[in-house]
Amino acid sequence: MKIIGYVCSHAGYAAADLAGEERLQYSPDIILIRLPCAGRIDVVHLLKAFREGADMLFVAGCLEGNCHHHYGNHEARKRVDQAKSILDALGMDGRRIEMFYLASNQGWKFKEIADEMMRRASELGPNPLEAKG
Amino acid sequence: MIIGEQKPLQEICAMLEGHQRILVTGCRSCVAICLAGGEKEVGILAESLRLHSDLRGRDWEVTEFTTERQCEKEWVRELSDLVAKSDAVVSIACGVGAQTIQALFPEVRVLPGLNTSNMGAPEEPGVFMEKCGGCGDCVLHLTGGICPIVRCAKGMLNGPCGGSQNGKCEIGHDTPCAWEEIYHSLERLGRLDLLEELIPPKNWLPSRSGGPRRIVRPEAVLTREEKEMRG
Amino acid sequence: MKAGSNLEKVLRDGRFAVTAEIGPPKSASAESVRRHAEEMRGCADAFNLTDNQTAMARMSSIASAVVLIEEGLEPVIQMTCRDRNRIAMQSDILGASALGIKNVLCISGDHQTFGNQKEAKNVYDVDSIQELMILRKMRDEGRVWSGEELEVAPRLFLGAAANPFADPFEFRVARLAKKVRAGADFVQTQSIFDMERFERWMELVRVRGLHEDVHILAGVLPLKSHRVALYMKNRVSGMLVPDAIVERMKAAKDPKEEGVRICVEQIEHLRSIEGVHGVHIMAPMWEERVPEIVRRAKLRPDARIE
Repeated sequence: MKIIGYVCSHAGYAAADLAGEERLQYSPDIILIRLPCAGRIDVVHLLKAFREGADMLFVAGCLEGNCHHHYGNHEARKRVDQAKSILDALGMDGRRIEMFYLASNQGWKFKEIADEMMRRASELGPNPLEAKG
Repeated sequence: MIIGEQKPLQEICAMLEGHQRILVTGCRSCVAICLAGGEKEVGILAESLRLHSDLRGRDWEVTEFTTERQCEKEWVRELSDLVAKSDAVVSIACGVGAQTIQALFPEVRVLPGLNTSNMGAPEEPGVFMEKCGGCGDCVLHLTGGICPIVRCAKGMLNGPCGGSQNGKCEIGHDTPCAWEEIYHSLERLGRLDLLEELIPPKNWLPSRSGGPRRIVRPEAVLTREEKEMRG
Repeated sequence: MKAGSNLEKVLRDGRFAVTAEIGPPKSASAESVRRHAEEMRGCADAFNLTDNQTAMARMSSIASAVVLIEEGLEPVIQMTCRDRNRIAMQSDILGASALGIKNVLCISGDHQTFGNQKEAKNVYDVDSIQELMILRKMRDEGRVWSGEELEVAPRLFLGAAANPFADPFEFRVARLAKKVRAGADFVQTQSIFDMERFERWMELVRVRGLHEDVHILAGVLPLKSHRVALYMKNRVSGMLVPDAIVERMKAAKDPKEEGVRICVEQIEHLRSIEGVHGVHIMAPMWEERVPEIVRRAKLRPDARIE
C-alpha cells in the first residue's frame, strides 16, 4: 500500500515526529511529504499523486482557528473536498483522500490518523489503476 | 463579466468518447475570475481527464493551454500548434471562446466544457450573482441602479408584483425582490418620484428578441483598401 | 358605459358588487365549469375564470368564460403576463370580445417555477400595468399598441389585482395609483385576513382619493381547515394570516363552519369600510360553499347577463 501524507511543518510533521519519539507504531506504508503549510497543496497535486499510483492520501494541518499561516488549513480543506468530488465523479471513491487537523504536541493523534487511513485502505482496496497495470 | 460553471466531469468525459488527443483550454478573463475556466481550472480538468483515461484504459493524450482571452482571433491563434496535434478541444472558456476556436480551426471538434450562464459580478468570494439583462436599452437611471429586467424574476418595469414579501421574491431561494431594492435605492437618492411614472411596454428589439445582435463602431471599421494597406 | 357588463352596471349603480372565482379544469371537458356554474348560480354579479393559476396548464380562461356565458352567467377573464406576449394578448382580447366577454383582469401571474412545467420559457413581454395600457388603448382608441387601427374596438371593463399585504407596504398604494392611471376600472384585492393592515391601506387609498377613481372589491377566502390556514400563512408569498385566525381555526370544533363564519364576519366588516365597493370571494376547491357564504352575509348579487 502507498499512503501519502501531506503534513504541514508546524503541526502535522511535528506531531509525526513526536509519535516517532514516543514509539507510537504506525504503518511503514505511510510516506510523509513535508510542506510549509497544508494550504500549499493544490488539487492538481492530489490528482497527480493518484495517477502515479498512490492508494490513499491525507493532508494534516493545524487545528481549526490555529493555522500558523492564518487560514491555510481552511484552504487545504476546500481543496481536499474538491479532490473528493472529482474522485467520486471518476468512480474512484472520495474516501481515498482525507483532511485532518491536529496540534504539534499530539503525537497520539498522528497515530490515530495513520491508523484510520490504513483501515480505510484495507476497506477500499488498492488504487484501481493498479489493476490496469 | 460573463459567469459560467463547468459541466459535470462525467458529461465532459462522455463528450470525449472516441477522441484521443485532447486539448483542454481556458481563458484568463471572465471565467478565471468566476473560478470556472482559468489556468488553475484547466490544470485540474486536464489531470482529471488523464485519471479518467488511465482508469478506463483510453490512452488519451491531454494537453493544456490557457489563452489570454478566448474571444479574439489574435489570442486564439496561439493555439495553432497544439490544435494541430489534437482531434478534440475542450474549452472551459465561455461559449464565445469555444465558438471562436471552432471558427478559427474548422477541422477540429470543439466541445464546450463550460455552461455559460449570465452577466454578473462577484458578491463575495465564491458567490457570483447575475446583474445585467443585456436588454440593449438600459433603464438603470429609472431604477436606482438596479436592473429590473434580470434581477426581477418577471422583468417587471412598474413596480413589484403581489408576491414580494419581506424583501424576497416569490420564487424563493432567498432571492431578493429587485423592486424592494429599487424602492430603497430611489428612496436613498430622493427620487421616489421615478416610481410614479408609467413605463410603457418595452422595445425588446435591441435584446435577444431582435435576433443575433451586431454592433458596429464605424470609426474603427476598415475599408478594403485600408485592410490591404495594413497587410 | 365602457363595456356594458353586468359587473360594470352594478358598480356604476352604487350597489355592493359580488364576484366569485372558478378554477378551470385540467381537462378537455368543460363539465366541471358547468357544474360550478350551477352550484354558484345567483351568488355573484360576475365570475372570475383563472388563467393557468400557479402556472399549471388548465383549460384557458377565455374558453371557460365562453362556457360560462353559455350557462347564462357573466365571466371575468384573467390574463397573466407570464404565458403571452403583447401580440397574443391583443389577439386573444379581440377573440374574447367577439365571443361576448367584457370583464378582463390584468395580472402578472405566478412565476412558472410554481407549476408543473418549470422548465418552460416564460414570456413577461409586458407587465400587468403595461397590459392595462394596451387594453385601454384598444378599447378607447380602437388601436393596437403600435397605433394601427382596429376595425371594431373591443368593449372592455378593465380590472387589476391589488395586494395590500405584499411589500414594500409604503409603495402598495402608489402601485394602485399607477394601475388606475394605466386604465384599471376595478381592482380585486388579495384575500384579506389581516384586517388591520387592510384598513391602513384603505386609509392611504382614501387620502389619495383613489377610492373615487377605481372600484375596489375586497378579496375574501373561506378557510377550510387549520392546515390550510397554516399553509396560507407560511407558504404563500404575499399573503398575511394573523395568528389569531390560525388559532381560531385550530381551536374550532367544526373547522369548516368556523372558516365560513370568519369569512362572513369579514364580509360584514368590509361592507362598512368607505371605498370598498364589493367583495371577491375565492373558494378554490370549495366552490359549493359560496352560496351559503353569500346568503349568510346577506349579499344580493344579480348574476343575470343581458
